[in-house]
Amino acid sequence: MTQQDIWVYIDQHQGAAMSASWETLGAACELSTLLQAEVTALVFGVNAEAIAREALAYGASAAICCDDATLADFRVEPFASLLASLVAARQPRAVIAPATARVRELIATAAIDAGTTVMADAIGLEVQGDAVQVTRPVYAGKLLCTVSGVGAQPLFITLRPRAFPKPAVQVAQFPDAIEHVQAVIAEDALRVKVTGYDTVAGQVSLTDASIIVSGGRGVGGPDGFAPVRELATVLGGAMGASRAAVDAGWVPYAHQVGQTGKTVAPDLYVACGISGAIQHQAGMRTSKIIVAINKDREAPIFSLAKYGVVGDLFEVLPALSTEMRKRLGR
Amino acid sequence: MHIVACVKQTPDSAALITVADGRVGWGDAAMVVNPWDEYAIEEAIRLKEKHGGRATAITMGPERARDALKSCIAMGCDGGVLVADAALAGSDARATARVLAAAIQKLGDVDVVIFGKQAIDGDSGIVPLAVARLLGWSPLSYVLQISALDAGARTIEVARLLEEGRQLCSAQLPVVISVVRDINEPRYPTFAGIRRAGTAQIPIWNLGDLGLDELQVGAAAVTVAWQAVRAPASRAGAVEILAGDSVAATVSMLADRLQAEKLT
Repeated sequence: MTQQDIWVYIDQHQGAAMSASWETLGAACELSTLLQAEVTALVFGVNAEAIAREALAYGASAAICCDDATLADFRVEPFASLLASLVAARQPRAVIAPATARVRELIATAAIDAGTTVMADAIGLEVQGDAVQVTRPVYAGKLLCTVSGVGAQPLFITLRPRAFPKPAVQVAQFPDAIEHVQAVIAEDALRVKVTGYDTVAGQVSLTDASIIVSGGRGVGGPDGFAPVRELATVLGGAMGASRAAVDAGWVPYAHQVGQTGKTVAPDLYVACGISGAIQHQAGMRTSKIIVAINKDREAPIFSLAKYGVVGDLFEVLPALSTEMRKRLGR
Repeated sequence: MHIVACVKQTPDSAALITVADGRVGWGDAAMVVNPWDEYAIEEAIRLKEKHGGRATAITMGPERARDALKSCIAMGCDGGVLVADAALAGSDARATARVLAAAIQKLGDVDVVIFGKQAIDGDSGIVPLAVARLLGWSPLSYVLQISALDAGARTIEVARLLEEGRQLCSAQLPVVISVVRDINEPRYPTFAGIRRAGTAQIPIWNLGDLGLDELQVGAAAVTVAWQAVRAPASRAGAVEILAGDSVAATVSMLADRLQAEKLT
């Protein structure tokens, strides 16, 4: 292991890696080619070794894993202390991780131990001379900012999910390059305990979704979300909502897309009855294709959209669901 | 209980943000309390009302940031502290966290620190975690519910919003919390609150008051530097409005486009 190593932290939940982890690994491998570095994957928690094998197949040259009872559920302290101690001992050049909720906490904390801070939410990575430059959205995506590390090593960078392509699985070059390390804090010393999860079964994560169908004020009430939900189901996507719909109590906050909700970047974003206030745009403007369905041709959402339908969503959505179901054989 | 809400003054979320000569501008848009922080202020006031004690708001910023603290007091905080010093200009998240951690230590008797999830300008959400680490206190981020707080046993139970749903945690005080907007509905300032804010004495603490020196903060201590700021490319092309003779014809056109884009 050399000082040039780039580390990628693989985020996982209950033994399964998040898709954004592989996007991050792919971006790190591209960077490593430019910097002539090796990529080492870090996997902590349940099922670490199996996930480490996957990381080797996705392009990592080596993996460090730690499967310990204190790491069974994500908590900042044991994860961050382990990462920070590995960083202090081995001095990688950069630690790159997906910007999921957990990992944002982990990286912000470990960076403090290393005497530096994080370049968060990168949507672009470049090498200029010998330096890594990170492009990240600021002011809710109204501006893009280029940042770089000054002095302190390593660089801590988190990558926005779905901003980088997921690499293809290859035959691992070093299928056995897996090192096991010990946890650094005992359970007795941990002051935060995870007492449970309260998850909705079958719910598609908005952050990971490649298709999102969202409803806004125009759906008119909780029942008005039925055709929105139906189209999301037909397309195999997730259901989102604008702040207006969440504030009105029609759908839970977990569905909210926008400045005070989730930031999403699906391949397809269908905005139904959403006017497209600047705060909503902040959460979805980096979607690849935006479709707007709205009665009001003057709604600002049409200025972001590639395709628009001016009409009543209660007529358009059921017809579109029927048409797509027919075409997709669902 | 002594609850501290850490707040930041930011341009209004509806502001048209522009960049000229590398400098960010927001026209004549108002400076407001960071919208995420309103939930932190409300939760601090609720904890105080329920468990007794006091709620203090802290901000780091220029003199004008005093207005943000007045908003906090008008909502119901008992007092505010402005940390201001010329040497703080250009501070990154780590330096900001150092300053806030030092201010919290100077207050001395703090049990719970509450932040909004992130600020709507820098958008990184790093500072709450960094403050927790510097203080050596337990971090609890993305909290959408404080389900129990036992001042005697010094324990707290919360639900955190992660991608997969709610993670339920318990922890020992003191803690540093960041909150998401599901946690409460921030109250409006009352007339009496606005009057109290108008006459409140808000102390200004400088680096010397916090026992920090100029090399630990501001541009001198930057580890992540903003190199350049630019506006994103506008979304290419005008919208194609699809309009067939009937709804069925229109959706058929849309379905053709979606399939041509290989989206389904």
